[in-house]
Amino acid sequence: MNFVTPDFMPAMPEIFLLSMLCVIMIIDLFLKDESRGATYVLSLIALIATAFLSFSNFSTESITTFNGSFILDPMATILKIAICIIVVGVFIYAKDYLKDRNMYKGEYFTLGLFGVLGMMVMVSAGNFLTVYLGLELLSLSMYAMIAMQRDSIVASEAAMKYFILGAIASGILLYGMSMVYAVTGSLDLATINKAVSGADRVVMSFGLVFIILGVAFKLGAVPFHMWMPDVYHGSPTSVTLYIASAPKIAAFAMMYRLLVDGLAGMQADWQMILIILSVLSMVFGNIVAIAQTNIKRMLAYSTISHVGFIIMGVVAGTQAGYGASMFYAIVYAIMSVAGFGMIVLLSRAGFEAENIEDFKGLNQKSPWFAFVMMAIMFSMAGVPPFLGFWAKITVLQEAVNSGFLWLAIVGVLASVIGAFYYLRVIKAVYFDKLVDETPIQASMDIRLTLSLNGMAILALGLYPTVLITLCITAFTRAI
Amino acid sequence: MFSNLPLLSLVIWTPIIGGMLVLAIGSKNNIEAKVLALLVSLVTLVLSIPLWTQFDTSLASMQFEELIPWISSFHINYHIAVDGISMPLILLTTFITVIVIIAGWKVITYKTAQYMAAFLILEGLMIGAFASVDAILFYVFWEALLIPMFVIIGIWGGPNRVYATIKFFLYTFLGSVLMLISLLYMYMHAVDVNGVGTFNIQDLHKLPLSLNAQILIFLSFLLAFAVKVPMWPVHTWLPDAHVEAPTGASVILAAIMLKLGGYGFVRFSLPITPDASMTLDWLVILLSLIAIVYIGFVALVQADMKKLIAYSSISHMGFVTLGFFLLWKITDNTGSASGAVLGLEGGMVQMISHGFISAAMFLSVGVLYDRMHSRMIKDYGGVVNTMPAFATFAVFFAMANAGLPGTSGFVGEFMVIMAAFKANFWYAFLAAITLILGAAYTLWMIKRVVFGPIANEQVEHLDDMSGREFFMMLLLAVAVLIIGLYPAPLLEVMHASIDNLVAHISITKIP
Repeated sequence: MNFVTPDFMPAMPEIFLLSMLCVIMIIDLFLKDESRGATYVLSLIALIATAFLSFSNFSTESITTFNGSFILDPMATILKIAICIIVVGVFIYAKDYLKDRNMYKGEYFTLGLFGVLGMMVMVSAGNFLTVYLGLELLSLSMYAMIAMQRDSIVASEAAMKYFILGAIASGILLYGMSMVYAVTGSLDLATINKAVSGADRVVMSFGLVFIILGVAFKLGAVPFHMWMPDVYHGSPTSVTLYIASAPKIAAFAMMYRLLVDGLAGMQADWQMILIILSVLSMVFGNIVAIAQTNIKRMLAYSTISHVGFIIMGVVAGTQAGYGASMFYAIVYAIMSVAGFGMIVLLSRAGFEAENIEDFKGLNQKSPWFAFVMMAIMFSMAGVPPFLGFWAKITVLQEAVNSGFLWLAIVGVLASVIGAFYYLRVIKAVYFDKLVDETPIQASMDIRLTLSLNGMAILALGLYPTVLITLCITAFTRAI
Repeated sequence: MFSNLPLLSLVIWTPIIGGMLVLAIGSKNNIEAKVLALLVSLVTLVLSIPLWTQFDTSLASMQFEELIPWISSFHINYHIAVDGISMPLILLTTFITVIVIIAGWKVITYKTAQYMAAFLILEGLMIGAFASVDAILFYVFWEALLIPMFVIIGIWGGPNRVYATIKFFLYTFLGSVLMLISLLYMYMHAVDVNGVGTFNIQDLHKLPLSLNAQILIFLSFLLAFAVKVPMWPVHTWLPDAHVEAPTGASVILAAIMLKLGGYGFVRFSLPITPDASMTLDWLVILLSLIAIVYIGFVALVQADMKKLIAYSSISHMGFVTLGFFLLWKITDNTGSASGAVLGLEGGMVQMISHGFISAAMFLSVGVLYDRMHSRMIKDYGGVVNTMPAFATFAVFFAMANAGLPGTSGFVGEFMVIMAAFKANFWYAFLAAITLILGAAYTLWMIKRVVFGPIANEQVEHLDDMSGREFFMMLLLAVAVLIIGLYPAPLLEVMHASIDNLVAHISITKIP
């Protein structure tokens, strides 16, 4: 047996990011607190360069390397670029918040970058072990990030809760993988895909259920959503920003890799399970969100309902359906990062703008950011011409095309319920009297990024063609 | 008739971009913002006039067509055009918006620029909805125009505005989401000339559909449009919204947004699901007659002037839906569809006419409210003694609202009642009751508010209308009289399109 050197080129962005990470960690060791800005700038540069490398690595074919455990296809490239750009936004929003709370340390950025690396590995995984490796790299980084504010009781509780539940979910996922391995004799997703038809259905079904459970936990689909509101609420907003945005993109990719790349032969089985998850998430998430007064918790439940829509596209079970889901995941991340960015914008040293009441009268304080908030909320509610509408309509279109008319109807009715709590935030912003007269103290870079983010929601809503086409052709061309 | 300018796009985007400019300069300079807003609305009005003068009335097809691919993955196009049905409604929109801007000139002092900008953006979105030939483009405009209206009622409305505006938004949102599902369903089956899926409304008109599918689609459309019109029993958001809304918003709501519902019936329900419309026409006729009679009685007992006019609007819009759905009953009864044209045209004229009259009625209440800050009938009495010019207009518009011959209110109602006679005597009988009821509630209100001895000291110190108020009332009065005395040009514009529509919906679409 000859040792063949694997082709490293497809994994170049990951290798680059890892090298940059090591460099940043070493540099950070020698930095004093006042020059911590260097870590921040280097992290941003690393992310942008990684995005650029991914872009230059683009291939319309599906390339595999490392004995099939690493896949580079259009979906992977697009999602990696999206993840990097979203995390750039996260870091910019988080900077001042961290400074004000004495958390402006190198750890936030290095852990964040490790998480990005984990997400990129998940997105490109071609093997059960690669999936698990990426997932754990991401999860461990997030546990540590949440716990960084160590003198805060809620943050420690959130970290503990997330860690224990996350560990159980990972264990269950591994258990499911081991069952599939037992029947098919392989960890490689492509090989499993071929072996599914001849495999023992009972054991495979058990394996499938456990795998879906692990995926649903990461996505936060009902009934595996319990951790989300507490973790979103308990984490410092700078970390909530992170966990609420890019990891959902990676979780979508994980779902796609495991269920479609690996277990496409069991589509009839997983479709049924996903339908239940989707309906429960859309209905439950939207109804419970109405009762929230804390905006971080409200956005957590809103995330749950969005996850229901992301799953709906996969339920459709067509290439275009996966494309629609992928588009939804990216759009969700853009909206979510903007939503939590608004919370950071209104927070300042010693004050957290955590409650819907804290948004009262924003229109008197800053008409521009009031408009941005309105765009985010209407976009999340799925009202045109904002971006969120197109995410909903593409997913609904694919569900209808695949014959899941009733699922689409449940989806739109759930979003009507959902519209109510988004409207309530807009009501606070526009219709209520100003309570907190303190002017917004955010620095220029946050204002600028958030404005760009809000404008992206409107501009991409007016011209969503490019993004939709990219997402849908990512699947139709690759296969 | 062709000009090189994309005229229709200009009419849509001038107010939207103008509205953004008003927002941009408006934070400090109220006067500049107001002048700019007025200019933008006037420019839009001028731009929309060629749509009328260059319109070829002999053609039933779409004119001023513009087509730009938008979202190619789903074959969604930026496809706009007008025909004889939508063009008058667009002109109504541009005309009423100018009046609304003038009406808000002195009255709105809080965030004036945002107020003006919201109305301009709303104008563009409404015109876009009327002009869309692509169903998804229509849906985008249709939903997007909820946003400015939501903000207008919520910021500048009365004490209970938050309740009213959220109710308004959720009602309309709930009504329209199922329509979206229907559109997506039809996209799956429809093909255009190139054999690919399409959202083009004209292609959807040709799409064969089984009766069951048609009935479900019809019901989803009915929900969307019935909420907007609004028809009994989904009308309850309207009185709330009207009572809390500022005068300008009430005017736009009554004069144009309700017409979107009626327009939807003509553009979507009838031609896309003709067989279901035939099967279920009794339902719409029943709901319309309930609206006309029952809501007429409800209007009679209102103590709040705005609520009274809101209920009167619902009752009058009942005529519109009645006229639209008489077609099959007339064909059954007389054996020819020629009488059906009368019902549809009557409904259309009623929409235009109600646009002017309801705008004028709400403006009249606005004129009083700005002086007394009360909408209650009991707070008034003997206004004619202190405001004679106002009283003249108020009585004139009240007469028009009651359907006095010579005013536009008469034309539409008369045509619909004539059509109803051809269908069934009892339809006509019930519909004609409104001539009595309408006169009763409107004139009784006028009697209590305008005539009689001066009721209290506040009324004694009222000033008559300013030049600004006089001017806008005059414009509306002229419009009401022109349509009332000489409706032929308006009918001529619609005629070809409506004939074509009747011919289309008389043929079954069941494959």
